[in-house]
Amino acid sequence: MFSQLKARFGSSLAVGILGMIAIWLLGMVILPQLLMVDYSFRPNLFPSEIGGPKDVYSLGNYETLFSNLIHLKIFLKTIWSSVLVTVLTLLVSYPIAFYLAKVATPRQAAFCLLLLVIPFWINEILRTFAWYIILAYKGPLNAMLLGMGVIDRPIRFLSGDGGVLIGMVYAYILFMIFPIYNAIESLDTNQVKAARNLGAGWIRTHWRVIIPHAKPGIATGCIMTFMLAAGSYAVPSLLGSPGSRWFTQIIYNWFFEGGDWNQGAAYAFLLLIICIGFIALVMRIFKVGLGDIAK
Amino acid sequence: MRSETMLRWSIRFYIGVFFLYLFTPLIIMGLATFNDSRFPTVSPWKGFTLKWFSALAEDGAMWHALWISVIVAIGVLVVAVPIGICCALFLSTFQGRGKTFLYSLMMSPLLTPGVIVGISTLIFWKGFSVSGGVMLTVIAQTTFIAAYVMLMVLARLQRFDRTLENAALSLGATQWQTFRRILLPYLKPAIISAAGIAFLQSFENYNTTLFVKGYDTTLTVYIASKVRTGLTPAVNALGLVMISITVILAIVYEIKRRREQQSMSG
Repeated sequence: MFSQLKARFGSSLAVGILGMIAIWLLGMVILPQLLMVDYSFRPNLFPSEIGGPKDVYSLGNYETLFSNLIHLKIFLKTIWSSVLVTVLTLLVSYPIAFYLAKVATPRQAAFCLLLLVIPFWINEILRTFAWYIILAYKGPLNAMLLGMGVIDRPIRFLSGDGGVLIGMVYAYILFMIFPIYNAIESLDTNQVKAARNLGAGWIRTHWRVIIPHAKPGIATGCIMTFMLAAGSYAVPSLLGSPGSRWFTQIIYNWFFEGGDWNQGAAYAFLLLIICIGFIALVMRIFKVGLGDIAK
Repeated sequence: MRSETMLRWSIRFYIGVFFLYLFTPLIIMGLATFNDSRFPTVSPWKGFTLKWFSALAEDGAMWHALWISVIVAIGVLVVAVPIGICCALFLSTFQGRGKTFLYSLMMSPLLTPGVIVGISTLIFWKGFSVSGGVMLTVIAQTTFIAAYVMLMVLARLQRFDRTLENAALSLGATQWQTFRRILLPYLKPAIISAAGIAFLQSFENYNTTLFVKGYDTTLTVYIASKVRTGLTPAVNALGLVMISITVILAIVYEIKRRREQQSMSG
């Protein structure tokens, strides 16, 4: 490891490179995560009791989730809703990604990509806040629907999970479009033409030629979207109500309201396990390796 | 052939609807800034006003939060960019067992939910009696922003022709000179855009920052707290300013890119 770096960069630079990587990987990535897991298996104690006889490993913090039905329900809802957000985002994004990669002229595609990047550069809070205005009880959407006579009285969009789902699809759509676009773009257009000339319909062409080629992109998009949705705090806290809490909000409360960091760490680790599980599942379904992801 | 035309038109229609969906929220948010209403909305329209801009300018807490955000973003830039470059250099040089594992490890912060990055940083530094604040925010954000930098630098590094290095070395340059005069100038464009992305990522981060900020509220956290308590169209004014800056930057970037393209083809 060192000899290869030394041969290219000289020993002092090689030491510097390895040192920086070690500080980052150990001090910021590995050890904090391990400590969080360690925390999650210990009880919440007074500072004087830490290291004492009560400070033993247990599964107590994990049992809390299964004995607290409200938390369990929110946990399952968060997983289910994040899957839903991922599927919805994929359905909305695929045609756009395909259009940009294969239908649009290079000029059109460049212009559309620029347009796409603008909301992407604006932060998540503002993107969500924009929907907060639209979906408000006395907001423009209700005003428009009332004016058109579609509804008789305003709908409370912000009191259920509906607002959260809409906000999330909007907030994370670009994380789905870009990987799929990159994947489809690398497909040789002649392959699409060949499939068409050989008599395949559009649906079959997509199903048998384009989607198989775009698999790594679709997998990356799904993983990113699910992870962002399940781990989102901004969207549910702005567009949700007390009745539609997200699992991240429960975690936050353990840290800053309940004051039980050990319990919070256990919940955080559960969230992480779900995300890792989802990544593994997607990689299995799409038969892609870790190397194909996030290219 | 007719179904082809129909397909083309339906996809165009879909694209139109999609961009409408993408921009309507931002336009409505912008318009609400100018509505003379205590609560930000566009319906009903109560008349044109610019008072929310002056309300924003007089908001001392907002300026303070902006200042904190800038300090944090600069801190992240200083730490995350060198780390990212080192990782990219390492990955492009090292061949052997464990490379895939190390690559996955370096990628893992990007696949970890932001709240967990914040939580693990908070817990880790509690052991050193460091509590939330600017420093911890910089550390937590660096954890995943360094990975972004790594990816961007690595993408350019993979197209680098290593015979250039060998030529320099055989012509008598030291390894340091080769790095300084050959590789670094080659990487410069990627480093600059990675630095831009790192700054932006830091500036707009919410989920991670929320757990490690302590009492040092960044601008994004400030906006979120305003939306939930004490929401007035001044928040829209702030949003509008940020959107305008974004649009201007995007246009400048596009013009620059087109010029470069022209100069390359012409």
